[in-house]
Amino acid sequence: MADAESIPKSLVVLPVRDAVLPFFDRVHGWITTVDHKRLGIMYISYALMFLIIGGIEASIMRLQLIRPHNDFVSPQVFNRMFTMHGTTMIFFVAMPVLFGFINYVLPLMIGARDMAFPRLNAWGFWMTACGGIILYFSFLAGSGLYGAGSAPDVGWFAYAPLTAPVFSVGHSTDYWIVGLLISGFGSIATGINFVTTIFCMRCPGMTLGKMPLFAWLNLVTGSLVLLALGPLTAAQIMLLIDRYLGGHFFDTRAGGSAIVWMHFFWVFGHPEVYILIMPAFAFITEIVPVFSRKVIFGYPIMVAASISIGFISMSVWAHHMFTVGMTSYGNAFFVASTMAIAVPTGIKIFNWLGTMWGGKIVFKVPMLFCVAFLFQFLTAGLTGVMLAVAPFNWQLGGSYFVVAHFHYVIVGGILFSLFAAFYYWFPKMSGRMLSEKLGRLHFWLFLIGFHMTFDFMHIPGILGMPRRIYTYEPGRGWDTWNLIITIGVAFQAAGILVFIYNLFSSYLRGEPAGNDPWDAWTLEWSTSSPPPDYNFAKIPVVLSRRPLWDIKHPEDPDWKYE
Amino acid sequence: MARLAFGQTLVESTPTSIFSPASTPADSIYRLSLFVLVICAGIFTTVFTLLLYSVVKYRRREGDDGREPPQIYGSNQVELAWTVIPVLIVVVLFLATARVIHALEDARFPTGTTEVTVVGHQFWWEFQYPQHGLITANELHVPVSDPQHPTPTHITLLSADTDHSFWVPRLAGKTDLIPNRINHMWIDPHETGVYVGQCAQYCGTQHAKMLLRIIVQSHADFDRWVAEQRQTSQRGYVTRGRQIFETTACINCHTIAGTNAHGTFGPDLTHLMSRETIGSGAALNTAENLRQWVQNPNHFKPGALMPAMQLESQDLDAVTDYLLTLK
Repeated sequence: MADAESIPKSLVVLPVRDAVLPFFDRVHGWITTVDHKRLGIMYISYALMFLIIGGIEASIMRLQLIRPHNDFVSPQVFNRMFTMHGTTMIFFVAMPVLFGFINYVLPLMIGARDMAFPRLNAWGFWMTACGGIILYFSFLAGSGLYGAGSAPDVGWFAYAPLTAPVFSVGHSTDYWIVGLLISGFGSIATGINFVTTIFCMRCPGMTLGKMPLFAWLNLVTGSLVLLALGPLTAAQIMLLIDRYLGGHFFDTRAGGSAIVWMHFFWVFGHPEVYILIMPAFAFITEIVPVFSRKVIFGYPIMVAASISIGFISMSVWAHHMFTVGMTSYGNAFFVASTMAIAVPTGIKIFNWLGTMWGGKIVFKVPMLFCVAFLFQFLTAGLTGVMLAVAPFNWQLGGSYFVVAHFHYVIVGGILFSLFAAFYYWFPKMSGRMLSEKLGRLHFWLFLIGFHMTFDFMHIPGILGMPRRIYTYEPGRGWDTWNLIITIGVAFQAAGILVFIYNLFSSYLRGEPAGNDPWDAWTLEWSTSSPPPDYNFAKIPVVLSRRPLWDIKHPEDPDWKYE
Repeated sequence: MARLAFGQTLVESTPTSIFSPASTPADSIYRLSLFVLVICAGIFTTVFTLLLYSVVKYRRREGDDGREPPQIYGSNQVELAWTVIPVLIVVVLFLATARVIHALEDARFPTGTTEVTVVGHQFWWEFQYPQHGLITANELHVPVSDPQHPTPTHITLLSADTDHSFWVPRLAGKTDLIPNRINHMWIDPHETGVYVGQCAQYCGTQHAKMLLRIIVQSHADFDRWVAEQRQTSQRGYVTRGRQIFETTACINCHTIAGTNAHGTFGPDLTHLMSRETIGSGAALNTAENLRQWVQNPNHFKPGALMPAMQLESQDLDAVTDYLLTLK
């Protein structure tokens, strides 16, 4: 057991260095950095840029669908938009922004001076960055189905054989493959780094059982990255072989199998959902206790639930394939595994509820987003259970109901938790608070927009509207819903603009944050804002899961109970 | 089970609602979905109420003393409760689901079942009736099925190019058409009428206008339709339009039985005028639309694989007149 006296000394930190260098030297410093904090900020900025691009693509689709027989864009452009929107949002927004936050916060939270492999970390970022640039270069250099396109237009899961050379003439599909292949290498490197850092870089006293849940959840994230990105990478290489070296893996005209691509893609694709939601859970699990002023409820159960979600998530992929004609036994297996994952997920929601129960909840902006997350993730989980019912899925799969469901997960769950994370950790990253007033405006605009768009999007799905159609007939009962959905997008866009403005204006003129603006309990709040190079003047030693609680409450420290 | 109120007002009045089933597969799914919806609504209401209660009740009040609330680290009893109850719910849901999967996927078919083979093409549907030796496109005719003496239609699904999905929500859930693979589904529509649907798996540029019409007929009407479709030899006269048709690229892709047009890349046109729509539902089958379609298919369906035939205006009229005779 470490000496309790040693803790306060670890809190002595150096003042922030801010040597004023010439502009070019500062840029050079960022490009060549291996510092986890700078890489984290670069990941986040890069993802925000793509968030705006992906958002514009979504808005173009919504304008086209605002009324039946609309003539805003051609089918070719529409098909490129949904392909690029999906690919961008998953691979170049959600993953990098989450990796950015984990990169920034994880070493600070476990009392480390950097990630385990700082250079690999930088390599991972630059691979991801290059992947995005290559994908978007296709707008200039690619051409798509029937040689008519200029960007990938095969859908974000690029089902075979639409990707075969005979159907996807030109190079847009190649840009898609190579872009994802390269960013996939970067993600695998980052996954290795997360797992190694969590296992090897924890500060003295932080046993696995005293590690913040943030680290546990992202241990699962990192492990899933290692398991899931491999099949995607393999499939992309096989597809390249098909397209250029006369391979027949997926080319059905030469005896290949379209189903094999589906399996490869979803063996990656479903764990990918959990790669994205685990960091979101991690944010919620850190933020909810701080703003409820209570310790997390049921720490060991939360760990167990996270790990079992990780395991089960590897065996549910074919619930994306209920309509491909699997046998009744095959379908039943994936119904069972998919429903099983609802149990540990439910346990997490109940434990967050248990954390708030009996607390003194402070409704600052991060907590507003967390509370919205809880309600929305509950709904998203339940529509997920409906879709897990294979016969129900035969109706709802591939319809707007599915689109509504996964946007409920990704926007209502992941993006809301990310906004919470922005408001919560921005003060640590910049040394300044984000404006509470603008934050509330952002919250309400985005909340209204989100619900207008994605609540109502379930209905056209129930009314038989398939996804990925650029136009539709009047008289199907879809018109009004599509109009409301599109209006919601305007509110969401307004919310995002307020958010971006808030980031810039608060960075320049925000209220100084101090070390610990939220009166929080994990190690990142013990160092200065922003933290100095190498984070801690002296490596901290911890006795419990909430080291700062122990310091603030010496009469009633956590380590007495754990 | 009582139908949901919102279902009747919003959902059931539309032609492709999954909540107005007219065939056994769609109806089994509908009943199962109501059961699932009721359970999910129960969970939603319970958890929503608890969440709402906790954020309202436990918010920090005005004039708070600033002391931290009691720190509760967990409770094994509570954790056990909220693990076991969801497990039980999942078991119930799974059993209900497995029952319907088995009933629909492993169904046996009575004699008198109509066999149809559907072949998906970019961006239209080919329908083959092996029992009757006839081929048509885009509008599927099937006999009505009396629930007491069912005469279902068994559908074999194939694809000529990319993935497609056959979805007519009021009759059954969707099943994909995948190249190099044989899939199956079945329907037994309980009422005559027209049921609409469309391709539900992205298949390329014109996925949106790969629409489906299923025309459910009484047995007498269906038999009459079959007999009409089997007649092929009535076109003894040669028109200018037919001559143009048979001497241009039209015959590379289209079949007209009894002529030298044997193409299979596009829809069979032998009985074109027995169909209500052209371009797989892209436009009504009228003389003007037909002429416009032959002149430039992209007018109705940008990205359709049929090329504009670049015919002179008089030739266009003649071909249209010829097509109009294909009753």
